[in-house]
Amino acid sequence: MTAFLQNCFAGLALGSTYALVALGFVVIYKSTGVINFAQGGLLALGAYLGYTFSNNLAIAFAVAIVLACVSAAVVGAAFERIVLRRMVGQPPFAVIMITIGLLFVLEPLITSIWGFDNKQVDNPWNIQTVGVGGLVLGVRDLWTIGLTAAVVIGFFAFFRYTSLGLAMRATAFDPEAALAQGISARRVYAVSWAIAAALAALAGITLAAGPGGLQPSISFIALAAFPAMILGGLDSPGGAVAGGLIIGLAEALTRGYQDQLFSWAGDNVSVIVPYLVMIVILLIRPYGLAGTKDVRRI
Amino acid sequence: MLSVSNLEVVYDDVVLVLRGLSIEVPSGSIVALLGANGAGKTTLLRAITGLLAPHRGKITKGSVRLRGDAITGEDPARIVRRGIAQVMEGRRIFAEITVDENLRAGAFTRRSRAEVRDSYARVLDLFPVLASRRKAIAGYLSGGEQQMLAIGRALMASPSLLLLDEPSLGLAPKLVEQVRDIVVQINEQGTSVLLVEQNAVMALSIASYGYVLETGKVVRDGPARQLLDDEDIREFYLGASSDSERRSFAEVKGYRRKKRWST
Repeated sequence: MTAFLQNCFAGLALGSTYALVALGFVVIYKSTGVINFAQGGLLALGAYLGYTFSNNLAIAFAVAIVLACVSAAVVGAAFERIVLRRMVGQPPFAVIMITIGLLFVLEPLITSIWGFDNKQVDNPWNIQTVGVGGLVLGVRDLWTIGLTAAVVIGFFAFFRYTSLGLAMRATAFDPEAALAQGISARRVYAVSWAIAAALAALAGITLAAGPGGLQPSISFIALAAFPAMILGGLDSPGGAVAGGLIIGLAEALTRGYQDQLFSWAGDNVSVIVPYLVMIVILLIRPYGLAGTKDVRRI
Repeated sequence: MLSVSNLEVVYDDVVLVLRGLSIEVPSGSIVALLGANGAGKTTLLRAITGLLAPHRGKITKGSVRLRGDAITGEDPARIVRRGIAQVMEGRRIFAEITVDENLRAGAFTRRSRAEVRDSYARVLDLFPVLASRRKAIAGYLSGGEQQMLAIGRALMASPSLLLLDEPSLGLAPKLVEQVRDIVVQINEQGTSVLLVEQNAVMALSIASYGYVLETGKVVRDGPARQLLDDEDIREFYLGASSDSERRSFAEVKGYRRKKRWST
C-alpha cells in the first residue's frame, strides 16, 4: 500500500507538470485554433531564465520563478504580436508551421546562450523530503503539486470572473460575434500566448529544480504533455488538467510496478505509456474525455 | 447621424458586392433596408462596423461617417466605443456561456461599472424573459429568447445607433410582433435604428424611411409610407400580384419572371 501511494505521489508531481504544459496548449488552441508546437521551447526558455535569475543574479528563488514566468509571458506575447499577427486570416496549418519554426529557433538560441552542460538551479527544495506515515515526499514534488493547484485555480477563476477571461471565452466560441461586441481579438490572442508561455515557464522551472537538473532536452517534456492534451480534449482546460494528471499517474505507476508486471517489456517502458494512452484514446474517443465532439455536415 | 456615401466593397479582391451605395440614417429615426438575398445588406452592415476583414472584404471607395467623423474601415472595437452596436444575422449569441455572461460580454468596451449596471437593469426591464433565465446557458434558450438576448447584448454597449440584421428571421409571427414592438421601444428611448429585413411589412410599418437594395446599389428609396404603397414593392415583397390575369394558372408560365429594377 505504501509503495502504491508513493507511486501515486510521484505520478501526481509528474502529472502536474504535464497539466501545466497541456493547459498552455489548450489556451492557445481554444482562442486561436492553433496547436503551438513551440510550447516545449518556451518551457526550456522559462527554465533557463529562472536559472539565470536564481544562480547568476542571485535573486531569491521565489522571485526568480515569478520573474521567469513574467519574462516568458512577455516573449510569448511579443512573438504573437510581431509574427503571428501578420498571419491572422491565414489557414491554421500555416500558423502551426510557424510555431514549429519558433521551436527550431528557440532551441539553438538557448544552447548558444547557456550551452549544453547540465546545470543545477539554486533552489531551496533540493532533495529534501518529508516523511508522512511511511511515505517519503520530496519537497520539490510537494511544491510542484501545490503551485500547479494554485495556478490552475487562479486560471479558472480568471476565466470565470474577470471581464478579460469572459472575452477570451467569447472569442473562443465565436470570434466574429466577439469582435462585434468590441472585444479586441488581438488582445485576446496576445493574452493567450502570454498565459501559455507563463504556464510553460512555471512547468520548466519546477522541473529544472528536480533531480534531473537543467539541460536543453528539458523541452521534450512538452511531447509527453501532448498526449495529456489529446486525452483531456483539445478544447477543454479542465480536461487538460485531468489528462495531465492521468498521464502522469499512468507513467509513474508503470515505472513503479515495472519489475513485477512489465519486466517482459524491458526497462523504461513507462516512457511510452503516455503515447500508448494517446493512441487508445484517439481510437475510441478522438475528441478526448472532455472535448467537444466535432459535428460536421458532409 | 450615420451617413454612408458611395461605398464600394470588394470581397477577395474580385467580387464587387457594394457598388457605390449611399444611405443616410437621421438621428433618432428608424431606417429600413430591404433587399433580396445577396443584395449586399449584411455586407453594408459589416462595412459600417468594421467586420469585413474576417471575410476578406475591403472598402475600396467611399466613406462611412458617424456624426460627421469618418469611421471608414476603423477597428471594430473603436466603432463599438463610438456608439454603433450590431445584432448579427442568425443571432450569434455565445451559446456555451450563461445569459448573464452574454450580456456582460456585450458591455466589454465600457469601463464604468455603475453605467454597466444601469444598462443591465434597462435590458432586463426591456426583456423580462431574460431576467428569469439569467443563470441559464444561452444555447438552451428558445429562438425568440435568443433573439432577445442578442438584442439585449448589443444594448449593453449603450449604442446611439443600433444595427439590426434580420431580427425576425425564423421567428413565429407573434414573436415577430414582439421584436417589432421592442425595436420601437428602443428607438423611443433615444437610439437610432438601421433595420435590415426581409419581412418588408414589419420593417416598413415602423420605419420612417426605407431603402431597397439590389445587387449592391440603392434602387429605390423614400419615406416608408410611400414605399408601402408602391406597386413594385408590393409585388416584390408583400406578395401582392399587380396584374390580375396572372391568377389564372393556365396563363402562368412554367417559370416566374424575375423582375428587377436594374439590368
